[in-house]
Amino acid sequence: MNLSMKWINDYVDLKNINIKQFCHEMTMSGSKVEGYETEGSEISNVVIGKLLSVVPHENSDHLVVCQVEVGKDAPIQIVTGAPNVKAGDVVPVALDGSTLPGGVKIKKGKLRGVESNGMLCSLGELGLTVHDFPYAIEDGIFIIEEDCSIGEDIHEALGLNDTSVEFEITSNRPDCLSVTGLAREASATFDLPLNIPVPSFKGVDGDINEILKVDIKNTESCKRYCAGIVKNVKIEPSPRWMRERLRASGIRPINNFVDITNYVMLEYGQPMHAFDLRYVKDSHINVRNAVNGEKITTLDGIERELSDEMLVIADSEKPVAVAGVMGGEYSGIMDDTTTVVFESAYFEPVQVRRTSKKLGLRSDASARYEKGVDTLISMTCLNRAFELVEMLGAGEVVKTVIDKDFTDKNLKTVEFSADWINNFLGTDIPESDMIKYLNSLGFSVENGKVISPSFRIDIEYKADIAEEVARIYGYNNIPSTPFKGVAEAEYTPEQKFTRTIENTMTALGCYEISTFSFISPKYFDKINLSADSKLRKTETIINPLGEDTSVMRTTIIPSMLEILSKNYNNRNSEVKLFELGKEYLPTDPDKLPEEPLRLAVGMYGGNIDFYDIKGIADALLKTVRIYDCDYVRTSDSDAFDEASAFHPGRSAVILKNGKAIGILGEIHPDVAENYGIEVKVYAAKLNVPEMLELSEKEITYKPMPKFPATTRDLSLICDDNLPAASIEKAIKKAAGKVLEKVTLFDVYKGKQIEEGKKSISYSISMRSHDGTLTDEQADSIMNKVLKALKDIGADLRM
Amino acid sequence: MKQQLENIENAAMAEASSSDSIKSLDELRIKYLGKKGELTAILKQMGKLSAEERPIIGQLANKVRQDIEEAITGKMSALKAKEKERKMSAESIDITLPGKKQSIGKLHALKIVENEIKEIFLGMGFSVADGPEVEYDYYNFEALNLPPDHPARDTQDTFYITDNILLRTQTSSVQVHVMENQKPPIRIISPGCVYRSDAVDATHSPLFHQIEGLVVDKGITMSDLKGTLETLMKKLYGNDCKIRLRPHHFPFTEPSAEVDVMCFNCHGEGCRICKGEGYIELLGAGMVHPKVLEGCGIDSSVYSGFAFGMGLERIVMRRFNISDMRLLFENDLRFLEQF
Repeated sequence: MNLSMKWINDYVDLKNINIKQFCHEMTMSGSKVEGYETEGSEISNVVIGKLLSVVPHENSDHLVVCQVEVGKDAPIQIVTGAPNVKAGDVVPVALDGSTLPGGVKIKKGKLRGVESNGMLCSLGELGLTVHDFPYAIEDGIFIIEEDCSIGEDIHEALGLNDTSVEFEITSNRPDCLSVTGLAREASATFDLPLNIPVPSFKGVDGDINEILKVDIKNTESCKRYCAGIVKNVKIEPSPRWMRERLRASGIRPINNFVDITNYVMLEYGQPMHAFDLRYVKDSHINVRNAVNGEKITTLDGIERELSDEMLVIADSEKPVAVAGVMGGEYSGIMDDTTTVVFESAYFEPVQVRRTSKKLGLRSDASARYEKGVDTLISMTCLNRAFELVEMLGAGEVVKTVIDKDFTDKNLKTVEFSADWINNFLGTDIPESDMIKYLNSLGFSVENGKVISPSFRIDIEYKADIAEEVARIYGYNNIPSTPFKGVAEAEYTPEQKFTRTIENTMTALGCYEISTFSFISPKYFDKINLSADSKLRKTETIINPLGEDTSVMRTTIIPSMLEILSKNYNNRNSEVKLFELGKEYLPTDPDKLPEEPLRLAVGMYGGNIDFYDIKGIADALLKTVRIYDCDYVRTSDSDAFDEASAFHPGRSAVILKNGKAIGILGEIHPDVAENYGIEVKVYAAKLNVPEMLELSEKEITYKPMPKFPATTRDLSLICDDNLPAASIEKAIKKAAGKVLEKVTLFDVYKGKQIEEGKKSISYSISMRSHDGTLTDEQADSIMNKVLKALKDIGADLRM
Repeated sequence: MKQQLENIENAAMAEASSSDSIKSLDELRIKYLGKKGELTAILKQMGKLSAEERPIIGQLANKVRQDIEEAITGKMSALKAKEKERKMSAESIDITLPGKKQSIGKLHALKIVENEIKEIFLGMGFSVADGPEVEYDYYNFEALNLPPDHPARDTQDTFYITDNILLRTQTSSVQVHVMENQKPPIRIISPGCVYRSDAVDATHSPLFHQIEGLVVDKGITMSDLKGTLETLMKKLYGNDCKIRLRPHHFPFTEPSAEVDVMCFNCHGEGCRICKGEGYIELLGAGMVHPKVLEGCGIDSSVYSGFAFGMGLERIVMRRFNISDMRLLFENDLRFLEQF
């Protein structure tokens, strides 16, 4: 909403308040100012001049030399190329050293050897259009027909001295989408009197019912319809003051009738509609629902198909307007219009909103209707329109009008209690002050009740009244109390667990990333996910911004790979990342998905291999007290469909007590290629809820050993494909409870080792809690171990 | 014999003081004090002395032994100290060479500030609540006093999964879950992702983060809201930080306010960063709307409450002077390393 400061001063005298203060105080009382602009602020040193003579330029065919009277001792000489000037014309003159819109500076100089001491201006050079001065032309000097004096400053002469203030009006306050509404707010804010005159018109004799018939077929959607007739109209530009105010309000002047409807809408917030009676067939207006498939070409020249939930203003045959949204092109005011119908109506907000949304058509009218206009103001506004018609001499208003009224005249009331309000706000505002604030906003207070004015559609609860009081009292005058009361608060076990993971991952050298949780369905192909994978079943956004962000991810792996790929492209050579993010796993249709938390890890560069990412997983699992996990080949587990993204021989699923808690390994070279990464990439995904469940909650101290450990080293020869885990398992089983630790310290293939075999060496630590192990005891255990190893094909290396 | 002892002492002292190595001192000790040393040799002759002379010479001999020992020990420790000094000096290294690389990562800028805010609120007795991101229309809109066809729905361009399921546009949806499941007193914050259909640019992202706060109890007032937010801002931005409340409209609070924080750059004077305002808009807040309380089964004539919501990205960008929101989601290592 753009407000003309000249206009608002008609209703509340703000002349003693400077514009900055006005904007600030209005913002602080709830009408937020986005900015303001003083018209013609870029124009300086431009005055009214009169051309005394116009003679051809001696060195040019298209230039002329003018002597211009500008209210100084002597006329000045200006050279111009414009063809439309002659002696006697009154024109805008930019003097030497003047400025014009767009940062243009005018300086005296010579044009083809002839001195020129300024410039004659066109409309465009002053930032104006023919809509502002309809008698002028676009291309040529602006020949001024205004009542002005020679030498007068252009701002005063053309009325370029208004200030336009841009307000951001919240959706609950459609009443402030009007000059009178903002005047009321200003009056309350600055504690100044408000004076909004009641409009009235004289009219000419005549019975409206003989000229026009109105039927309301849907009184739920159209609660009031006021209409009147103006005869013998004279379509012409409206007067300058009206054009100026419209311009300052951001509305283009068209002609007197259209301008009047806009003027009243801006003034009162009530959309008005004017149309040509000629095109209302049978002079019969029907406010009814549209028929499915019915068509109308709206004022913007677009043909629109209507449906039966939309409300139209129709004649006896066809729609002439979409109610509350836009008039029809066909019935609009034209230069040869002779009889005009004015409509001022109340349409239900939801009705207009749905229609406007469905048609994809918004207008100044629909913006107001859909939020809710004053239910009782229709007739006042019709009167105001007719008052203006008479003021402008635009036609003869028929004295009698039509008023179909189905509105509820009861005003809303809310309980008023100053104590309650003070207790709610934490203030100590006297009741009399509260009543004063409320009165200034149009509320009345009687018998413990606040009666809400009809334009305040947002008032319903005591809290609403408290807000009215608070904003005029000033939010910043409300004291701040230190928050009282004690409450116990701590992180939940889940939150603590997550914090531990975060801290561990950074300690392990990984940087945290934050990614979008919606991805492209193409990402599933990028990780080679099988066509029938359950992960392809996603929560899909109906109205995405684009395919890239159209499905909620069911796996966090692609998000990590995308970021690794970006880093690779940005030439970051060594990267270790992690993310704690959700996956969104669909459940039943029409039910919400599960949103389990996942840890993703990803890394490349710097001589890393499978055992680095496994080392990270091991360290994390140890930190969160998940011990003794098993690693199985991804081909031996169907827990993770993302296995497709991994190198089959260099990836593993992590099992704890048989339950899969994660997957990790080298990314499949094909997948890495899909992401444009030309080095080995490693990734892991761990399921946080499962980890939390399996993490040991109780920590029990075990006494430190009293007796020394006995250590024996073993070097074994076995088939290359015998997993180390099997060897360790055999050692553990055979050694029994004295076994303290098995540590792998070497794996060797190559010289001196037969093809297809490997040498694998362990250090075995044994310890008894009952005494120092003797050599004999240790040897006997080692013999058992060696026998067990032989059984699985691992022999002592000689 | 006395003369002999004195000669030995003088000779030993002279040798000790001129000795320049630990080895020669050790030899000296053996030469004079060892079992076959000169002093011992003299003492072996003690038996030849008279009973009168014996104690005198014995005393003298002991003194000589003591003196020699002290001289050798003294010289020895001086030499050892010198030796140590020499060794230390030889071991000196270039302490300006870079440290050996240790692998250490960092949290994301968003998480750093989120954790900080969570800690502040934990200290004020707020628990941290979580809620679904894929949400029913009811929790995101209807229960928050945004029925279908409410014009304020327009301002939050929503991603829909079905007609009834959407990606939450605000963490305020968690308010409803908490109030449905917990009786007052309630004191929670809820950080998380929210989604709005805004194309990516320097200041917009279709996914961003909010932190919601909710307090419901008997006798909660708007001045409590102001006090809480003031505490938060002072802890976040320092004790001289000032806030200002402007009336605004949110369907789920009444009264509603937008909260501005004094511009950190110009301290309220007005500058380029705050566009001359002196204050920067930081969060929305208000008293929980009675309709919202009632909808969650909380008697609004007994309880009142306040709620607030802030955009994490905005706070993070201001904190670290980041001018483009996209950087937060690009996750380039050179960016991540800086926090």
